[in-house]
This record gives sequence, structure tokens and C-alpha cells, in this order.
Amino acid sequence: MSAPLLEVEDLHAWYGEAHVLHGMRFAVREGEVVTLLGRNGAGKTTTLKAILGIVPRRTGSIRFRGRELVGLPPHRIARLGIAWCPEERGILASLTVLENLLLPPVVADGGLSLEAIFELFPNLRERLSSQGTKLSGGEQQMLAIARILRTGARLLLLDEPTEGLAPVIVQQIGRTIRRLKEAGFTILLVEQNFRFAARIADRHYIVEHGRVVDEIAAAEIGPGQERLVAYLAV
Amino acid sequence: MTELFGVPAPALFGQLLLGLINGAFYAILSLGLAVIFGLLNIINFTHGAQYMMGAFTAWMLLNWAGLGYWWALLLAPLLVGITGILIERLLLARLAGLDHLYGLLLTFGLALVIQGIFRNEFGSTGLPYAIPPELRGGQNLGFMFLPNYRAWVVVVSLAVCLATWLVIEKTRLGSYLRAATENPTLVQAMGIDVPKMVTLTYGFGVALAAFAGVLAAPIYQVSPLMGADLIIVVFAVVVIGGMGSILGSIVTGFGLGVIEGLTKVFWPQASSTVIFVIMAIVLLLRPAGLFGRAS
Repeated sequence: MSAPLLEVEDLHAWYGEAHVLHGMRFAVREGEVVTLLGRNGAGKTTTLKAILGIVPRRTGSIRFRGRELVGLPPHRIARLGIAWCPEERGILASLTVLENLLLPPVVADGGLSLEAIFELFPNLRERLSSQGTKLSGGEQQMLAIARILRTGARLLLLDEPTEGLAPVIVQQIGRTIRRLKEAGFTILLVEQNFRFAARIADRHYIVEHGRVVDEIAAAEIGPGQERLVAYLAV
Repeated sequence: MTELFGVPAPALFGQLLLGLINGAFYAILSLGLAVIFGLLNIINFTHGAQYMMGAFTAWMLLNWAGLGYWWALLLAPLLVGITGILIERLLLARLAGLDHLYGLLLTFGLALVIQGIFRNEFGSTGLPYAIPPELRGGQNLGFMFLPNYRAWVVVVSLAVCLATWLVIEKTRLGSYLRAATENPTLVQAMGIDVPKMVTLTYGFGVALAAFAGVLAAPIYQVSPLMGADLIIVVFAVVVIGGMGSILGSIVTGFGLGVIEGLTKVFWPQASSTVIFVIMAIVLLLRPAGLFGRAS
């Protein structure tokens, strides 16, 4: 088996005095879709932010293609080919849809063309000159995913892309993620909706209190499902 | 003599022109403040001192290096902008994430220090700076006499303001700036070096102030406190236009200059307070300013 694309070891992170991550440990191989599942406040979003270097303090090791990320400033990390779709989507109100789409700089060859993006998300083509935040919630989510596909980044960090969206939109996002996997993207997905995650991911890591407590492969999702439900039940 | 609204036409147009000139300085200065406030979240109280430094740099270039007005128009913003970059790197960058009050205290203190140094070196009386030969004289428009230099100030200020607005609203660099103003963390996580952008933006805002200072030198003379007097009005302009609004600062700057000029014609006693009265009314009716977005 090839060396992991992303390898996280003994990752700790703090917001001021609050110690949020307590030794996260997991790996993502090239071309995989891997989820971090867990309850609210378990540290899933913080894990993504720690990979990106936008938490106030982090220690431990995060290696991307063998390169250590702890210690690098956030803009250098992004330039290595890691793109982020934040939970709150991060659509900018002072930019049009087209400007939002063109905002992230291209960091590598092989990004999707605008044509290919409009094929994935036909709704966006009609709305290019609208203010970014005038789009519906579903369209904003599509825009947030679309704009990181242009950049050539091959590792996508998606934070709860289905949160608060209608079932038909959730299905469309599920189809999109499967197509991105077929196109060779590696995806680290944070989810609370495990039914959604179960249909698209290769492996699941269960996160509790800032550390990984279990790993469930998609193949064991039948027998593993009870374990999952037990972890996620409130 | 022709009269308009019971006022001799030359007096009316004369004050209107004076209003436009003042408005031009209000616009350039409040534009710089708006750009800086937008990205750095700092109210740059050093702005008036940096405007004064622009005028003094023009004077020093002329008297110490023999470089005239046109060189000063290019070099003074560059040199003063570099001092701005140093201030941002060495001092302001350390205040990121702290309360507004710290930035206010630091920049206000810096203004006092800078003004004190210049007063110590050059005294409080103004130093003369001649209008460049190319822009001496004026045009008789029939209804009034238009000095060439004043026409130049209005036109070039308008051009600089419009160019800045175009860059911010219509270019890729401008979209980075707007995005970073709204959500710096996200923009940095996309691979844009936001700290460097913050430094350069402060340098640019300061350079704009210095540019206004060079423009002002032949009109108002060069004196250490020239910015301290002006900046109070400019802050009122910024509040009326809406903190951080680019278009707001340009339109309000010119508009209030004209209103101030007209007040001098019709009710001279009120001319020095009219802007503050307008500020009070705007704050009552639209606390975010005329062009501001309520946050």
C-alpha cells in the first residue's frame, strides 16, 4: 500500500486556554474519501482548521506528501494543494458569484475549467453577476465547493457540506463528491449525517473529545453500523 | 454684476471652488482611512501627520535635493509610504486581534510624536512652497477666475480617487482586498499572503495621505500642524460616509467640501460647524453612515 497522502500524528490544538484536540491520529491515502464522524464539539472542525494552520496553537505532526505542515503559515499550506470548504461556506457578500468563484488562486495544474464546473453545478452559470450571499443555501454550498475545484488542489477538506440543506440538494452534493472521487480527488469529510457519509466514504474515523476513538471501513458498515449509531447517539 | 440667490456670482462660484478643493483633500484622506480601516480594523489617527509628512517631504526634496514638484508628487508618497510599511510591520502588526482602542492610542500617540519632531526641527510657522511654473496663472471663465493650480488639484484628486475605486471594485487584486476585509482567515487559507497584503495596504493608505500633502503644499504652505487641523474634519467625513466604505468616502468627501463652501456664502458663521451638524444628524438617522453596511 502506498504511503498516505495526509498523515496526522499526536495532533494537539488550543483556542486560548481551551485544549481542543488531544492527540488526533489518522491517515488519508491518495484517492480516498475519508470522514471524521462525531458529535458537536468533538473537535472535527478544529482538526480541519489545524491542518490548514488557522488555529491559534497546534503541536504534533501533520504530513502532506511527506512534508511537515506544523510550523508553516496558512497561505503556504494552501499553496501545497490543500483546499477548504468551511462549515459556514465562506461565501463573500462583497463579491459577485463570479468573483467568489475566481477568488482562490490556482496552486497547481489540473484544476477544473469553468466549463467543467458549470457542468457539475449548472445553477451557478445563471447567477454569475449576483452578489454571492444572494444565492440560496444550496447554491452557496455548491459555489463553496466549486471554487476550490478550480485551484488544482488535490486534497479537499469539506466541513459538513450537507448541513441545513434540502434532501434533493444533499443527493446532488453526494453525487458530486462521488464524481470528484472518480476524478481522483482525495477528500477528508467532516460529517454529523452518517447516513450521508456511509454512502460515499471509504473509511470513517470516529472522533470523541479531540481524539480518534475508532475506525470503521465502509465494508463493515453493516455490522459496524450499530457501533456508529452508538457513538453518534445523543 | 450678475447675482444668484441674492449673492454675486463670482463670490458663489469662488466658494464653490474652494469647497471642491477642500472636498478633494477630504476625499483622498478619507479614502486612505477607509482602505486602512477596512482591512486592518484600525482607525489611523496618524493620517494627518502622514499628510503633513508628504508636504514636508516635498519641501525637503526641493530645498535639500533640488527636486521639484513633479518629482515630489512621485517620490513623497513612495518615501512616506515606506515609513508606513515600517510602522505597520514594527508596531501595528503586534496589535492584531486586540481592541480598537489600542490601535487608536498607538496611532494618536505616533501623530503627536511625529508632529513634535517636525515642530522642533522646523518651528510652527509655515514654510512657503511655490506653485510649479507649469500650473501658474489661471483662466477667466467669464463668471469667475479659475486658478490653474486649483483646477489641477480637483482634477487629479478626482482621478486618483476613481482609479483607487476602480482597482478595488473591478480588479482581481481588489477582489482579494474586499474578500480579506470580510474574512481574512478564509482568504489566507486559500493561499493568499494576507499579512503581506495588510502591510502593503497600510503603506498605500499612507501614500495617499502623503500625495494629498504634496498637492496641498502650494495652497496651504507647509507646517507641522497642517494635518492636525484637517484630520478632525476628515474623521467627520468618514463617519458620515460610513466607516470603511470606499465609494462613500469619495462621494462624501467632495460633497461635504461643497456644502461647507456654500455655507460660507449663505451663513458664514455656521461654515466651521456644518459638517459636524450633518454628522450628528446622520448618526441619529443612519448610525452606519450614508454608504456603510450595518454589521
